[in-house]
Amino acid sequence: MTAVPRYFSRTLLRSSIISLWSAVLFLPFKGLQASLMLFGVLFLLILLLTLAGTWVSPRLTMAAAVRERMHRHLPADRRYLLLFLLPALGVPFIAQNYIIDVAVLAGIYIILALGLNVVVGYTGLLNLGFVAYYAIGAYSFALLNTRLGLGFWSAMPVAVVITTLAGFLFAVPALRLKGDYLALVTLGFGEIVRITLNNWDSFTNGPNGIGSISAPTFVGISLVTLSAYYYLVLFFVLVAIVVIGRVQRSRIGRAWIALREDEIAASAMGVPSTMYKLYAVSFGAFWAGIAGCLFAAKMRFISPESFTFMESVLILCMVILGGLGSIGGVIVGAVILVILPEILREVQMYRMLALGAGIVLLMIFRPQGLFGGRVVSSRH
Amino acid sequence: MLLQQLINGLTLGSVYALIALGYTMVYGILELINFAHGEIYMLGAYLGIIILGFLTAVGLTAYSMPLALALTLLLTIIFSASYGFTVEKIAYRPLRAAPKLSPLISAIGVSIFLQNYVMITQGSTDKVFPSLIGSAGFTVLSTRVTMLQAAIIVVSGIIMALLHAFIRSTRTGKAMRAVAQDRSMAALVGINTDTIISVTFIIGSGLAAIAGLMVSMYYGLVNYFIGYSAGIKAFTAAVLGGIGNIPGAMFGGILLGLIESLGAAYISSEYKDAYAFIILIVILLVRPTGLLGRDVEEKI
Repeated sequence: MTAVPRYFSRTLLRSSIISLWSAVLFLPFKGLQASLMLFGVLFLLILLLTLAGTWVSPRLTMAAAVRERMHRHLPADRRYLLLFLLPALGVPFIAQNYIIDVAVLAGIYIILALGLNVVVGYTGLLNLGFVAYYAIGAYSFALLNTRLGLGFWSAMPVAVVITTLAGFLFAVPALRLKGDYLALVTLGFGEIVRITLNNWDSFTNGPNGIGSISAPTFVGISLVTLSAYYYLVLFFVLVAIVVIGRVQRSRIGRAWIALREDEIAASAMGVPSTMYKLYAVSFGAFWAGIAGCLFAAKMRFISPESFTFMESVLILCMVILGGLGSIGGVIVGAVILVILPEILREVQMYRMLALGAGIVLLMIFRPQGLFGGRVVSSRH
Repeated sequence: MLLQQLINGLTLGSVYALIALGYTMVYGILELINFAHGEIYMLGAYLGIIILGFLTAVGLTAYSMPLALALTLLLTIIFSASYGFTVEKIAYRPLRAAPKLSPLISAIGVSIFLQNYVMITQGSTDKVFPSLIGSAGFTVLSTRVTMLQAAIIVVSGIIMALLHAFIRSTRTGKAMRAVAQDRSMAALVGINTDTIISVTFIIGSGLAAIAGLMVSMYYGLVNYFIGYSAGIKAFTAAVLGGIGNIPGAMFGGILLGLIESLGAAYISSEYKDAYAFIILIVILLVRPTGLLGRDVEEKI
């Protein structure tokens, strides 16, 4: 019976060391009183968590086994679409304007995240400057609209083509790099685009942004009401889901996944790696362009402030939270990360703190995301 | 005018070099871009202000200024190094065996966390570093050099020389080089690789803290988001010199500082922050091994 007290005393020692260390680190930033409080809270928390952990962990493994079994009987990704569509169609009838507004934003982010998922999730190229394409799309649309007077349906295709081209042209040199070097170059690209938008006063109007973008119209009707705009965004979200889902199952999609899993092996099997990577980046940029147009038309005003590095990180978080490479997962990730900050408005200060800690925890405990990891491995 | 810009660039470049060393050492050993390294620098800048403020309140600064400054430097280094050590232990160590992109994403998380941690505890307004030395200085060849600039250049030079000697000749330094060359081989000959990795993070964070302290004295203002751009610039410096290469980081830092201040003076100051990114992209595309780096074959 000596085992139990020894286990208990070791837990006690461990939690006191960890909380003491954290309290000392915290000391210069908030003073003695807050530090002592942190010590107390952490001490109790770690103690409780460790004790609870010994009880929970065997049950967790059991739960994981159950979920695994359920997963095998659930339908494939694409049949989730219906589950998503039915409630989505009804939103404007039951919700207040505020909720529709959030839903429109969520829709734009879903398109963005799905686009990034093509690059990061399928092809395995980490992109830290995805917001650059979003910005190029939004700015092209806004400039075409305000300077040349093009309407929504004529400005959008042009803007999307410009964005796709930008993605392609930047990818040609950048794809010579791999892994984290590539990530850094994309980050640099994103920053250069933002700095340029911010400083090129004569063309982009600098930090003041571009205003009075006209609202989209559809067969002569101005889609100025929120619920009309909601259906417009929903339409593009559905198109994105269907198109990306089909491309993923095509020869191109399979080539992307092969490149992600093992580039050398894939090239040896005759997959032209550079060409397919170019497809992936341009295809991702295409969706970012669409999202950019929708954003500019919705806000009717854009400025470089909306296209910072943090925005890139946020979109990346949506992709990895839901699960790299899974369309359903990415949608859930985007919806969670749009809605969560709205719910947590009261504790807004701690939002980004929690996001940062959340990313670290996710990478340690569930790197494949909440719903990811099955799409590819089930396809041998 | 040109000479003045060279002095400014050299000052800035020494600071970049100090931060770049942390990037390069960690990359040399773990092949990880420690995205949170810039935040350690920012923590150093804040800690310097906080600790000096505390020492002034206690009355030590009035009693002996050099002693107070030395103590501030020492405590700043200790605290920042502890932060660096903790970050590695929590956010990177569990991911040693994970795919290569996981630690990078985790590092971004740490960076966001630390920025907001400082913003919440210290407020989002600028912090002012008390002016201690003032604008005293001397004039060489009709160019004005403040004492602070001279101090930054000299201190950085001494520290880099010390680091070079440490890595060349001490037992720990040799172990660090061995781990950088081949981690599993180093473990086989009895080097405790985890300890060496921790030591690397501690040294790198200490250097970043010194840089942070000196910059906050130089500019007199500190904010919670300074770590991001300084981090990117220092990383660019490390890549410029050849990542993983310690003399390369020093060289790259100084070169970047010079480019930035000359570019701001003669080309355009509005795009000052873009130069680092442009250099980063160009160097990675044209010569990814950096100016002083050697080619490394990809392992299959």
